[in-house]
Amino acid sequence: MAEEKESAEAMISEIHKQITDAFDVFDHEFNKTVDVREVGTIIRSLGCCPSEGELHDLLAEIEEEEPTGYIRFEKFLPTMTKVLMERRYRPIPEDVLLRAFEVLDQEKKGHLEPEELTKYMSEEGEPFTQEEMEEMLSAAVDPDKNVILYKDYVGMMTVEDN
Amino acid sequence: MGCGISLNNDYSLKKTERAMKAAVLIQRWYRQYVARMEVRRRCTWTIFQSIEYAGEQDQIKLQNFFTYLMDHFTPTNSNQRDLIAHIFTEDEVYKETELEKYFDHESIELPESYTGPHIDFPLTAAHAAALVEAFRHKQQLHARYVLQLLHETLKHLKLLPNINRVCTCFCEEITICGDLHGQLDDLLLIFYKNGLPSVEKPYIFNGDYVDRGKNSIEILLILFAFLLVYPNEVHMNRGNHEDYIVNLRYGFTKEVMQKYKMHGRKIHKLLQIVFSWMPLATVIDQKVLITHGGISDTTDLDIIAKVDRHKYVSVLRPPKKKKRHNMAEALSIRGGRTSEGDIQTTNMDSRPSLRRLSLTSTPCYSPGTRKRSPHDISKKVRRSVEEELEKCRRQVGFSEPYEDGKFSLSFSESDSESFEVCESDNAEWKQIVDILWSDPMHQEGCVPNAVRGGGCYYGPDVTEKVLSRHNIQLLIRSHECKQDGYEFCHNRKVLTIFSASNYYELGSNRGAYVKLGPDLIPHLVQYQVSRTTRKLTMKQRQKKKKINMGPIFERSALRALREQLFSHKSDLISVFEKYDKNKTGRISLNDWATVVESVLHLGLPWRVLRSQLVQSAPEGLLEYHAWFDDLAIEQPTTEHVHQSLLETLYRNRSNLETIFRIIDSDNSGLVSFEEFCQTWKLLSSHLNMEISNEAISDLARSIDFNKDGSIDINEFLEAFRLVDKIHYTEREGSLLLTTPGDLL
Repeated sequence: MAEEKESAEAMISEIHKQITDAFDVFDHEFNKTVDVREVGTIIRSLGCCPSEGELHDLLAEIEEEEPTGYIRFEKFLPTMTKVLMERRYRPIPEDVLLRAFEVLDQEKKGHLEPEELTKYMSEEGEPFTQEEMEEMLSAAVDPDKNVILYKDYVGMMTVEDN
Repeated sequence: MGCGISLNNDYSLKKTERAMKAAVLIQRWYRQYVARMEVRRRCTWTIFQSIEYAGEQDQIKLQNFFTYLMDHFTPTNSNQRDLIAHIFTEDEVYKETELEKYFDHESIELPESYTGPHIDFPLTAAHAAALVEAFRHKQQLHARYVLQLLHETLKHLKLLPNINRVCTCFCEEITICGDLHGQLDDLLLIFYKNGLPSVEKPYIFNGDYVDRGKNSIEILLILFAFLLVYPNEVHMNRGNHEDYIVNLRYGFTKEVMQKYKMHGRKIHKLLQIVFSWMPLATVIDQKVLITHGGISDTTDLDIIAKVDRHKYVSVLRPPKKKKRHNMAEALSIRGGRTSEGDIQTTNMDSRPSLRRLSLTSTPCYSPGTRKRSPHDISKKVRRSVEEELEKCRRQVGFSEPYEDGKFSLSFSESDSESFEVCESDNAEWKQIVDILWSDPMHQEGCVPNAVRGGGCYYGPDVTEKVLSRHNIQLLIRSHECKQDGYEFCHNRKVLTIFSASNYYELGSNRGAYVKLGPDLIPHLVQYQVSRTTRKLTMKQRQKKKKINMGPIFERSALRALREQLFSHKSDLISVFEKYDKNKTGRISLNDWATVVESVLHLGLPWRVLRSQLVQSAPEGLLEYHAWFDDLAIEQPTTEHVHQSLLETLYRNRSNLETIFRIIDSDNSGLVSFEEFCQTWKLLSSHLNMEISNEAISDLARSIDFNKDGSIDINEFLEAFRLVDKIHYTEREGSLLLTTPGDLL
């Protein structure tokens, strides 16, 4: 019993340190606050993969009553700890990602045209900004064939990410 | 029919729904990927910065050690005396006439085969432009012209005040550039974008022209040429790297010696003096202050305006002492005389121009300070070398700095054994160090700059106070690399401008310069040197295999970090073992992060970096011995050399190189066994390490590849290299993957 409690405490302490380290990377003024626009990046860097909508909800919990543009660590820590303990917003496995691309490839060509992908990413779901779209295309489009070989792309991205 | 249609609708609805879900998934995933890349980029940046500053701090520590040694060391044999003498004769004061003779360029013949640029005096704009072109085409200016140019530059600099006063009334805009650090491509790019200096195009250069990059001397020569051609329009401030001691470590000295061999030493010496005569700051329209580092809470431009700036040949050392008669006065104040006292006087008589001496000298000894009793002096003289060195090291107090505002540049007066300098000298010295070495910080206040080891961190309140005291509205400074080439802080009262793009590595940052018109509103221009200067169209760019700059930058940083880890292997393992009480050979990842920070003191977010540094940790536990197998060092023979000695050598190779270059007085690149051993003993005392004479001799013998009793410095330094799983040839080279065999 005591052991279990001890390991739970140890785990929480470890999680706290992880959150602190990630938070500190963005705490430019060294005063335990970060710009609200960077919170999404921090949360994602901790291994979570929320949608924009989920992120929005999370922010509502973390922000001050009167939004100041800054997020304080005291509010960030408990919320984020819960998220990590509950293992919410798990990252997406490679095969699931691949299937998602296959769904978009309705004609089963084995690749996607840049226009196709752009249409989906910029018009469906939680649309990309133009900047996001350009960034994604610049790495995803095969320069010789001018299409997105999504199988290769997914393979490459998941390796780079790790 | 109705059914069919609705079925169709259902089907297509399902399809659309599935497509939408897929799109959301991909978007979600992609945004996380981008976030992780962003964090990695930030961490990479932090890695480079903290390692860079740790290196600077190291340098200052070493320098402090020498400074202290200068005044308190007693060599017990002639070898030691020679070694120390080498280090200390750098400060000889040259009389004007001596200078002329020593740096005579007339006697240097231009060989028939010389195809480089020719210059003539008085210098014209055409000459300066020709220099730019010549250097662009990788030519080299002959030593004769270099010495001549430096000579003329020195004459000009001596006429300038400590603080240049400039006004915008005669021109449209003044261009201000920051650190260039030997990166000629950046200077060429600036001139390309902005135009060469001229009467209509004034420039202010804010220091750090040299070190690190490969073309430090070329940059200096170009800038000096324009300085002479347009004396009213071109201004150069001194930076903390315009300092021969810093140059020993960071590459400028090496560059000069390699490019100019025979005449390198003369050029080097002349440069030292030229640097000391460079102005310390520039003020535009009495409203904008431009200086390399910044300010401190005690900064007073009136004091700075009055100093004899050329006394500070190196800003890391206290100013050259006053004339002999002060010394004699000082000695006579002291009660009683001993034989040691006589030795002292004798020594002084023999070399009047030498600044200090090997015995217990007390430079500028003013009546206010403590008197030394003869007893103290004799005790000191009798002390053995080791004890003395040990004491020196402790006195200067390097280990963990900066309690109660003690500056690491030996400013303290509380230590009775420490270096005694006149109080006013001290204050003056601090003024100069502060403007060349300080960095702004976010918090209020003014604290010693522990990271660099010199100068301060100044907060917005300090900026406000100092600027308003002098009626200044903007401080433009450099000294720190910024990703965008520039950065405002302190309510836009401070602008950092940094002009060396890709400073840490390809893709690390942009460079920038700033233009100020009569309205004194800063206009910033950014740029980045790329390998291909041809402009590519969008289509062409996509067709070209995209070279993502990110990975190169990151790999470099990680390699640098792994070097740090390797060089502290023994320390790390011993602390790991403390945490691994059951001797399982494993440690939790959390403990790993704690240990690494406690040993390396780099202030890095180790838990965020962990995935880059630790390949696998099943069940969250790391096998720490195996982890070090990923880091390996390649060296010629190691069988009989102890592992921890090797690590220490590796960790301190910068310090070693610095010392080697000092003692290698004929620039042969070779040091004798004896010199090597002496150097090592000196260094080990500085590091407070126990190393037996035997271990050092063994090491020296193993490094003597030619078995001829001397050690080639460059070979020695090359011998240390980290073996990386995937090798990339350095910076300017190609991006080919090579195997270790190819690099040898």
